[in-house]
Amino acid sequence: MEPHVVGLPVRRKEVVGKITGAAKYIDDVQLPGMLHGVTIRSTIPRGKLLNISFLPGVPWDEFTIVTAADIPGSNVVSQIHDDQPMLARDMVNHPHEPVLLLAHENKDQLRCARELVHIEYEPLPAVLDMDEALEQRTIIWGQDNVFKQYLINKGDVDSVWAEAARIIEGEYSTEAQEHVYIEPNGMLATVSPSECVTVSGSLQCPYYVHKALTTLFNLPSHKVRVIQTETGGAFGGKEEYPSIIAGHAALLAWKSGRPVKIVYDREEDMVATTKRHPSRTRHRTAVSEDGRLLAMDIEFTIDGGAYSTLSPVVLSRGTIHAAGPYRCPNVRVRSTAVATNAPPHGAFRGFGAPQSLFAVERHMDRIAYTIGLTPDEFRRRNFLRSGDATATGQIITQPLDLPGLQERALRSAGYYKKLETFRANSASALKRGMGFATFMHGAGFTGSGERHLASVVELEGTAGGNVRILCSMTEMGQGTNTILTQIAAEALGIAYEQVEICPPDTALVPNSGPTVASRTSMIVGKLIEQAAGEFKKRLWSDDELPADYSPGQFSAKLRDYQSVCGPLRTRAQYHEPAGIHWDDEHYRGDAYGAFSWATYVAEVTVDTITGEVQVDEFTALQEVGRVINPVLAAGQIEGGIVQGLGFALLEKVTWNQGSMANNQLTNYIIPTAMDVPPIKVLFEEIPYEYGASGAKGIGELPMDGPAPAILNAVVNALGIAFDHVPLTPEDILSKLSQNGKHAHDAPEVVETIA
Amino acid sequence: MKTSRLSLTINGARRTIETPPMKRLLDVLREDFQLTGTKEGCGEGECGACSVILDGVLVNSCLVPALHAAGANVRTIEGLSPGGSHPVQAAFARCGGAQCGICTPGMIMASVHLLERNPHPSRLEIQEALAGNLCRCTGYQKIIDAVQAASEGDEIADL
Repeated sequence: MEPHVVGLPVRRKEVVGKITGAAKYIDDVQLPGMLHGVTIRSTIPRGKLLNISFLPGVPWDEFTIVTAADIPGSNVVSQIHDDQPMLARDMVNHPHEPVLLLAHENKDQLRCARELVHIEYEPLPAVLDMDEALEQRTIIWGQDNVFKQYLINKGDVDSVWAEAARIIEGEYSTEAQEHVYIEPNGMLATVSPSECVTVSGSLQCPYYVHKALTTLFNLPSHKVRVIQTETGGAFGGKEEYPSIIAGHAALLAWKSGRPVKIVYDREEDMVATTKRHPSRTRHRTAVSEDGRLLAMDIEFTIDGGAYSTLSPVVLSRGTIHAAGPYRCPNVRVRSTAVATNAPPHGAFRGFGAPQSLFAVERHMDRIAYTIGLTPDEFRRRNFLRSGDATATGQIITQPLDLPGLQERALRSAGYYKKLETFRANSASALKRGMGFATFMHGAGFTGSGERHLASVVELEGTAGGNVRILCSMTEMGQGTNTILTQIAAEALGIAYEQVEICPPDTALVPNSGPTVASRTSMIVGKLIEQAAGEFKKRLWSDDELPADYSPGQFSAKLRDYQSVCGPLRTRAQYHEPAGIHWDDEHYRGDAYGAFSWATYVAEVTVDTITGEVQVDEFTALQEVGRVINPVLAAGQIEGGIVQGLGFALLEKVTWNQGSMANNQLTNYIIPTAMDVPPIKVLFEEIPYEYGASGAKGIGELPMDGPAPAILNAVVNALGIAFDHVPLTPEDILSKLSQNGKHAHDAPEVVETIA
Repeated sequence: MKTSRLSLTINGARRTIETPPMKRLLDVLREDFQLTGTKEGCGEGECGACSVILDGVLVNSCLVPALHAAGANVRTIEGLSPGGSHPVQAAFARCGGAQCGICTPGMIMASVHLLERNPHPSRLEIQEALAGNLCRCTGYQKIIDAVQAASEGDEIADL
């Protein structure tokens, strides 16, 4: 058999196309007779649509025009609730809501026409932030502006306050973050009488788009085909919104009878599509004399924008992660997703967890400072251990040594020594500080999600004696093609090059669920292992399965088998491992099959003259189960950390009447090569029994830790509390000018650090 | 729309087209010559996905009008190695410098431009040279590693 493939830094499967420019993204694809499509959008946050008129200046008879009245099926973007229309009909509920579609073969003509569509509105009062939504003076969604609420209740929080030695409160908030995948969204649709609707484009979840199109056109599923083209980054930003663009392109193709492509430019992509949910978290925590957590009372609120979209599930993940990796007998988490008249916020790497984990990891530092323990010692006294129950009552059954993980990370970062050095040199205008966060991320869908998805993968033999993977998992840079190929090759005992992977196309691949939630390696990879086991069994009947075979022997055997028996194809479907229980009604039980764990350490310099923060070094130690490809895994971690650095310090959306005002890369700043510190990436490898080759989830974890680690480091440097991201130089200068006296963990805090 | 005759050299080959003079070089490359390896990320010269080398200067082709390229020598990603064997391409593949791939052609052109002028740059010089090219996937570490690895090979000096 081939030596091991898992654990090796094999080259990315599709790398040649990417380094030569040959890879085809949707903007690179042209079809004969193709029209270009554009979206005409609302210009107000909320109001009634009164009239649409087409001003003279272009030959309107040459244009294909689609409104809500043209929709053959249901005018909804089919997701969890069907509250979002594909095109507004009577009302608009946020700025940049799609109202009308135009198509023409000439892009210049389209640009002119776009300016000549005039929409009249009767404006209605709008709700523009979470507080206004909760005040309920204006109701914009349902009965109460609330998309979803959860309650986690462990023990009895209210019984503890009276006996607590200390009660520490804090409020933490995070703002919207734009994904800034470098490839803007785009879709190409064709409509033919035989195949009906075919859409290809930049997307994460082919079967989400498929469901949205069958609903929009009221077609049986075999009449809709969705194909993923090379996707230039997504980060959650191409999870739900592509259903809308696909629907729009398909409606224009349906009406015109010609292929239609819609590609957003950067400004439209930034202003109209989803962003990370803004959040606010309030913590009230009871601590004993000896620094043990007695009760955690947490209120977590997120702004979902105008329609519910994925907010209920983003809220769910944020809620479950809100108490962090701590053992605490009494925990209450009350969480709410509210409606505002902004474009819907959506999936973004971490999916609610970066928000609530930012809060809890800042709060842990606050508690430590307040009660006079070091941040590391306070955490050490309170970490979850194997056998403990999380906030939802999930018993940690896997080996877990958070004190050890944290210690290794801190030592590797030179934390203790640097703390001393920086304190000794604190007279300079350049203040240096160290901070860290210890946290976890649950892999796979929450609760019973994976059971409901019941994902399927298949393997098939090719004519040449290779094996091809058939699954709907998408490659968007994170390494799906490579990782799944490595897993299949390892399980089949053949070479990496002998495994092919079928591009995601709903006409060819089964539904393996969406490419989200850090589930690809762990959940879908495991299914590939199972299908591979079956493949080998079928190829050699059980009794003659050889102990050893060469890749060449495998291929010869496969060709022989297929020449006699026809194509060999095996499948595997997800079945929940025994002993997993989840109670959706009370939000109790096993929230995730497995958690990945990490400690991230940031070293910063704060310039007290300019207010600028520079991250000088970053150390990231994580336990993600077995690492399948060390180069790709480190790449995932480094990329996530730099997105997290942007979230912490740079990326600020400026809002004006529910609309992003700085929707350009000129004034929405993401990190460049000059902003990134050296990043030390370390792995602790503890194989996970139910993950492919022992792997757990990795993709989202690195988004969770940087913001709290960096803010904790800034607080350490200045002795002033900051509880909001992004933390801008203006915020720092403003607090410095108050002399730090009104800030929470005032100068004496620094003194308490051992 | 009024057009002009435009002659230029692209990846070593002399080419002539009729084009509106203010058409973006990016669109000329992508639409008139089907050289779609040069990407559009922002259309305003911020992201560098459309980086090409024009008469030895690294430019954002979304900001260059076609007439500005008249008579010029333009190098795009397609002009390196179709099989990806140029030392910088090979280093990107080996070091994990490409993830989603959309910034990769521009990033590689910026790296080639740097290494041709400065065959052995420091890490800081690499960071400075790539600061006009945004990548949202890698966090830049593996890209910087790739450029450093390419600079350590012997081939670069001979380019």
